[in-house]
Amino acid sequence: MSATTTIVTGRGRPARATAAGRRRAFSIGKIAGLIVLIIAAVFALGPLLWAFSTSLRTPADAFTNPPQWIPLSPDFGNYAAVFEQIPIGQFFLNSTIVTLVIVVGQTITCTLSGYAFAMISFPGKNWIFGAFLATMMVPMQTIIIPVFLIIKTLGLTDSLASLIIPALGSAFGTFLMRQYFMQMPKELGEAARIDGASQWGVFFHVYARMAAPAISTLAILNFSGFWAEFYRPLIFLQSQSTFTLPLGLVGLQGNLGTGSISVVLAGVVLAMIPSVLLFIFAQRYFIAGVTAGSSR
Amino acid sequence: MSATASPPRVAPGAASRGVKPPRPVRRPGARRTARREATFGFAMIGLAMLFVTVFTFLPILASLGLSFFDWDVISPPTWAGLGNYERFFSDGPVLQSFGVTICMALAIVVLQLSLGLFLAVLVNQRTSTFGRTFFRTAFYLPLLASTAAVAIFMGYLFDNKFGAINYYLNLLGFSNVPWLTSPFGAQVTIVLIVVWQQVGFTFVLFVSALMAVPTDVLEASSIDGAGPLRTLFRIKIPLISPTILFAAVIALINAMQLFDQPYIMTKGGPGTATTTATISMYQTGFQNLQFGYSSAIAIVLLLLILAITGLQFLASRKVVFYQ
Repeated sequence: MSATTTIVTGRGRPARATAAGRRRAFSIGKIAGLIVLIIAAVFALGPLLWAFSTSLRTPADAFTNPPQWIPLSPDFGNYAAVFEQIPIGQFFLNSTIVTLVIVVGQTITCTLSGYAFAMISFPGKNWIFGAFLATMMVPMQTIIIPVFLIIKTLGLTDSLASLIIPALGSAFGTFLMRQYFMQMPKELGEAARIDGASQWGVFFHVYARMAAPAISTLAILNFSGFWAEFYRPLIFLQSQSTFTLPLGLVGLQGNLGTGSISVVLAGVVLAMIPSVLLFIFAQRYFIAGVTAGSSR
Repeated sequence: MSATASPPRVAPGAASRGVKPPRPVRRPGARRTARREATFGFAMIGLAMLFVTVFTFLPILASLGLSFFDWDVISPPTWAGLGNYERFFSDGPVLQSFGVTICMALAIVVLQLSLGLFLAVLVNQRTSTFGRTFFRTAFYLPLLASTAAVAIFMGYLFDNKFGAINYYLNLLGFSNVPWLTSPFGAQVTIVLIVVWQQVGFTFVLFVSALMAVPTDVLEASSIDGAGPLRTLFRIKIPLISPTILFAAVIALINAMQLFDQPYIMTKGGPGTATTTATISMYQTGFQNLQFGYSSAIAIVLLLLILAITGLQFLASRKVVFYQ
C-alpha cells in the first residue's frame, strides 16, 4: 500500500530505483532458490542413487564407508544372486498378475459405474453414489478382519485371488470416472440415440473412447498402489510361492541379516524397474493421478 | 428423470447444465423408455456395486458388529457388549500406540506440507520448462519405490554403526546418532522417511495449484507494488488454500494408518516406541487372535480419523478461501 502511494504522488525517480533494486534482489533470490532446490533434489535422489550403486558393489564391500556413489567397477553378481537366493522371478510374476488383473478389472467396473452415475437416470442414484463416497474415507486397515474372514470363507487364503478379488471394485475409481464423464456434453449421446444407437452403443462407441485420459490415470494410480502394496499381502499370503515383490523382498532382508545388503538392494532395484519405465512413458498420468482427487 | 439435477452437493456441475425438460407425461413411450434407462443404469453399476458392497460396505458393518464380541477364531464368539471399548480405554500400551501415531502423524503432516509448499513456490518462480520438469521428476521419484523397498534401504542408510548417514555425520564432527536404536531416534527416523517419500505428492499438488493462479491477479498485485513475499503470502497462498486443505486431509489420513515403515524397520520398537495404532491392531488381531478387540481398536481409529478430518474442515472454514 505504501509503495502505491509513493508512485501515485509522482516521485518517479525513487520509485524506479526501488523497482530496479527489487529486481536485483529478486534475481539473487532466484539464484538462492535454485541452490536450495538443487540441495533438495540431492536429498531426494541421494538414497535412490545409493541403493542403485550399492547394488553394484560386491557383497563384501557393500557395507564399507565411504559409500561408492558412482559404480566405477560395477559387479552384477548381486543380480544373479537374488535369483539364486529367492524365487524373485516368481514374485515378479505374482506381482504382475495381481497388479494387471486389478488394473484391468477396475478399469471395467469403474468405467461402467462412473458412466452410469454421471449420465444415466435411475431411481436411488444419488443415495447409492453418496454411499460410495462415504466408503472412500474408510481405511483398508479398519475392515481387514472381515475381509480376511470373507477370503477364508471363500477358500481363497494364501492365493493371488485373495488380493485380486476384493480390489476389483472401487468407490474412488467410480468417483474419478464419474467426475470425468460429468464434464462431457450430453448432446453427443442424445444425437447418437436419435441416429439409432443403443444405450450400450452410446457408452461404448461415443463416451468410453473419450474417457481414455481418465482411464489411463486410474490405471496408473492402481498400478502404483497395488505394485507396492504390503499390508494385505502380509496378512493374506503365507507360502513363498504366492508372495508379491514387497513381501518377498522384506523376507529376503530378514533371512540375510546384515551379510549381503547388496543382494537385497539388487532386488529392490529390480522391483522398481517397471515403475520407473512406466513413469518415463506415462509421466503426465502419474501427475494427473496426484491431482485427481483434489477436485472433490 | 430429473434425478441428475437434484442435490447439488453430489452433482455440482449437473444443475447448471441445461438438464432435460420435465417428463413429458402424455407421450406414450416415455415411461417405458425411463424404465429401460433405469435397467441399463443398474446393470452398469452392478459389478462395481457387488464388489464394493461385499468387500467394503459389509466389512464396515461387520467390523462394528465384531467389536461387541469376544472371539478367538477357534471357539464361537461370545457377546461382550461394550467390554472391548472399556478395555481399550484402560489398555495402556494400546492407548500409547494411539498417542505415538497422533504425534508422528502431526509431525509428518506439518513437515510434508511446509516442505512441499516451500519447494513448490521455489519451482514456480522458475521460468524454464526444463527446470520444472527436472525438479518435478526428482521429487516424484521416491514415490515410485514401494514403502517396503524404502523401509529396507533406509534401514541400511540409517544403520547406527555402518550406515552412510552416521558416516557423513562423523565426518562433520558429530558423534553417532542412535537413529533406529533409541525410542525417540526411531520415531524421528520414521517421520523423516515418510516425509522424504511423500513430499513429492504435496509438491506436485502445490505446483499445479500455483500454476492455476490467474496471471491477471498477480499482475494487479505487482502494479499495486506488492513484492514477491507479499504476493506469496497475501495472494498465492490464500488462492491455493483449498489445495492445501486437501493435501493436509490426505496426508493426515495416510499418516494415521502408518504401518509398513515401522513394521519393517523396527517391528514397532525399540520397546514400543514406534508401535503405531495399526501395528497394535495387527498384533491384537492377527498375532493374539483377539478379533473382537482388534475390531474395536479399528472402529476407534476410524472414528478418530473421521473426527480429525471433520475438525480440519471446520477449522479451515475460517482460513480457506474459495473463489
